[in-house]
Amino acid sequence: MKLNLNKKQISECRSIAKKIGLQVQKALSQNTSVASERTFLRLLGVDQAKHISENNQFYPYANIIIDDLVKNDTISDGVLFWMANACLHFKKDPKEVSEYLVKENISLTEIKLEKRSLIEKKSKDLAKAALEKICKTRSQRDVFIKKYKDTFPKSSTHPLKYVIVASGNIFEDIVQARSAAQAGAEVIAVIRSTAQSLLDFVPHGATTEGFGGTYATQENFKIMRRALDEEGEKIGRYIRLTNYSSGLCMSEIAAIAAIERLDFLLCDSLYGILFRDINMQRTLIDQHLSRMICAVSEIYINTGEDNYLTTADAIENGHQVLASQFINERFALSANMKPQFMGLGHAMEMNPWHKDVILLEIARAQMTRDIFPEAPLKYMPPTKHMQGDVFFSHTYDAIFNFVSSLTKQGIHLVGMPTEAIHTPFLGDRYMALKSCNYIFGGSESLYNEIQYKKGGKIEKWSQKVLTDSLKLLKSIEKKGLFKSIEEKCFAEVSRSLTSGKGYNGVIQKSSDYINPLYDYLKEGKYVRK
Amino acid sequence: MSENEIYPYGAPEHPSVSKIDLTKLKPYGDALNDGRTQVSFTLPINPSPEAEEVARKLMEKMGFIDTKVVCMEKPSEGFSYFVCYGATEYTIDFTKIHVVKVEAEFKTFSEINDLIKSKIKRKLVILGATTGFDAHTVGIDAIFNMKGYNGDYGLERYPWIEAINLGAQVLNEDLLDKARELKADAILVSQIVTEKDCHIKNLKSLMQLAEEKGVLQNFIFICGGPRLNHPIALECGLDAGFGPGTLPSHVASYVVDEFMRRKKVRE
Ligand code: B12
Repeated sequence: MKLNLNKKQISECRSIAKKIGLQVQKALSQNTSVASERTFLRLLGVDQAKHISENNQFYPYANIIIDDLVKNDTISDGVLFWMANACLHFKKDPKEVSEYLVKENISLTEIKLEKRSLIEKKSKDLAKAALEKICKTRSQRDVFIKKYKDTFPKSSTHPLKYVIVASGNIFEDIVQARSAAQAGAEVIAVIRSTAQSLLDFVPHGATTEGFGGTYATQENFKIMRRALDEEGEKIGRYIRLTNYSSGLCMSEIAAIAAIERLDFLLCDSLYGILFRDINMQRTLIDQHLSRMICAVSEIYINTGEDNYLTTADAIENGHQVLASQFINERFALSANMKPQFMGLGHAMEMNPWHKDVILLEIARAQMTRDIFPEAPLKYMPPTKHMQGDVFFSHTYDAIFNFVSSLTKQGIHLVGMPTEAIHTPFLGDRYMALKSCNYIFGGSESLYNEIQYKKGGKIEKWSQKVLTDSLKLLKSIEKKGLFKSIEEKCFAEVSRSLTSGKGYNGVIQKSSDYINPLYDYLKEGKYVRK
Repeated sequence: MSENEIYPYGAPEHPSVSKIDLTKLKPYGDALNDGRTQVSFTLPINPSPEAEEVARKLMEKMGFIDTKVVCMEKPSEGFSYFVCYGATEYTIDFTKIHVVKVEAEFKTFSEINDLIKSKIKRKLVILGATTGFDAHTVGIDAIFNMKGYNGDYGLERYPWIEAINLGAQVLNEDLLDKARELKADAILVSQIVTEKDCHIKNLKSLMQLAEEKGVLQNFIFICGGPRLNHPIALECGLDAGFGPGTLPSHVASYVVDEFMRRKKVRE
């Protein structure tokens, strides 16, 4: 620990976050959601979609099946129960069963019920097979990590360079991703098309048209994964792939990512609530499942606290970020994740014209480093104060690169000079990476050389942020997380328990609910020690 | 000296310094009328002497002379990255430039309130939202929230304005219905995402819907966002448009002026 922060306060923050987490878990333990149920189907291998000619779109079988259970008012028993029964009855696997159901327009509930004990046994077998499959994917990744002697995150020499591609066309994205990798990028994030988060189904197939991003589909994941593996082979590095486990299909994306070997997922417990107006119960249920899947797959999560500083003033509200990080850490721990997989998020978003602002940014970055020593912190570049003046913006990013290296951040979102204008051009990415390569290389050993003045500006500021966070966490504990969000405790946004999108997809589990897949995930049975 | 010829600011009146001819304006690099300009782009081919020549030729086609390729690098296989300089031969007649601007006299917070109080004698109702799939709220909030923007109070702070901010992801249909229900005087629409010109399409469809519903004349339609301006707003059928750096008092000034103009016409 470089800054002389109050250790008692830090542990107090953690224990309060734990209580907040328990309150939420208790409130939601008897719930599931339509998206969570679709996720179980996807984990079982139901990945097809039906072409709808009216709108020329594909509608997933997972949705067709779950919609039907909702219509028949039997969803509260859980899809695993019904699917296991059907598998027994037809002696088919879930994918084959789903094919039959959709083709013949049959409901799962029309199929004759087998003995409950048999159904229970069958559902266990299905669950095991599903989880073994994602463990297999996990070990494929191990092979690459070993082959390339990849050291992330434990002994990285520099923050991992993460860039976005967002052309809208997955095949164009590949061109840009390969280019970025050659220029030094280590993680590729395929930004999703605007408003995909509000779709209550996952689009299907390879897609070539999107707005401000490319649709997240299983096929697109597969195509990009293959391209990055090939490119990695050429340049002798493992290139990590990222997408967004957020929105109404948060947990389905996690399942697909686990199957297609994504390495990172943006997966925040509150982002969808605050920034997409998705119902909070729905989000919290789905995020729990998402993270349990990440825990098994060893997918690093990236949390979204950086966003708070775009709607709330970054100088005044640093404590909201820290408080939220404690909460995100807690939710991740209760989903069996280990700290080394938690890319807790924060950002350099303070007004650049504020006096000594660079000191304040260093203070916050170092403070976060000190408080979460094992987490590969995800550091976001300036976005809100970026300008059309790309030359200024490039300088601003250079300072960001420097602060990141100085404070040993884990995952570095490479800032683009054109942030205020458009999603990056190929040349923008090159310029930005060149600056990073210079600064990270030139300051590789700086972290071990620097100490901070006792009682100096940097130390005082970080201590103040910590003290304020503790205060905020205490108030959240007292009111409960739900009420606190309603009272704008984060990002100056207010949301209520039953408002927001996707609320009607929240389901109360019946007493007959069977779901060993969920149970195994919960027990952490397949999580590597 | 003709009205269009002046010395550059701060230049001593010396024969070695040429005058600016406003009818023939061009970029100032290191000296008046040198026209020097920097350009940067990438080409989808590897760097080579031929690639460099392509870059130079492109510069010439863009209207530059005395072109120099000062940087050619290889970002990745199959691409080259260029920084070039050239002198443009084109000039623009500044005296003939005509830009449509928002018609309003900018007033202060208290002037605006006083004006509404004395001349309109009731609160003005202003409704705002970010429409379509756009989830960005910071811009519209900067105009509405009490705190305002850059030290300029937001509309919610105005005692003589009833300001209602519906937030983001609001459908055009819902916005118009709400405006009717609340008897709004002005509708403020924010559009931040502009990918594939979706902001233009969205604004046009708002105005079309307003026409279908027969409410085109009921409200003052205003839009804003970083890629918007007044001419674009007019093109989309709105009454006014505001771009980056807009202050709430600018918008309020316009609403008051436009309201009074329309009132006069009615009377
Ligand atoms: C903050 C931010 C976000 C936040 C938004 C939080 C929130 N609740 O608003 C989050 C993280 C959620 C976000 C998400 C996305 N974003 Co964004 N975001 C930004 C960012 C960094 C800053 C915008 C901002 O707040 N500016 C500050 C405000 C004060 O400025 P302003 O909006 O221009 O408003 C001023 C004026 O324009 C004017 N004004 C604005 N509205 C109105 C309305 C009226 C009536 C009037 C009079 C005036 C007015 O007055 C304001 C004050 O002066 C910009 C990059 C940038 N630096 O601009 C990208 C940016 C706007 N985002 C972008 C994109 C692509 C997205 C996503 C689509 C990404 C994705 N694929 O998921 C998603 C949006 C999903 C969706 N459904 O919309 C792109 C847009 C590209 C384009 N040209 O289309 C940008 C430019 C980033 C980039 N380079 O790619 N984003």
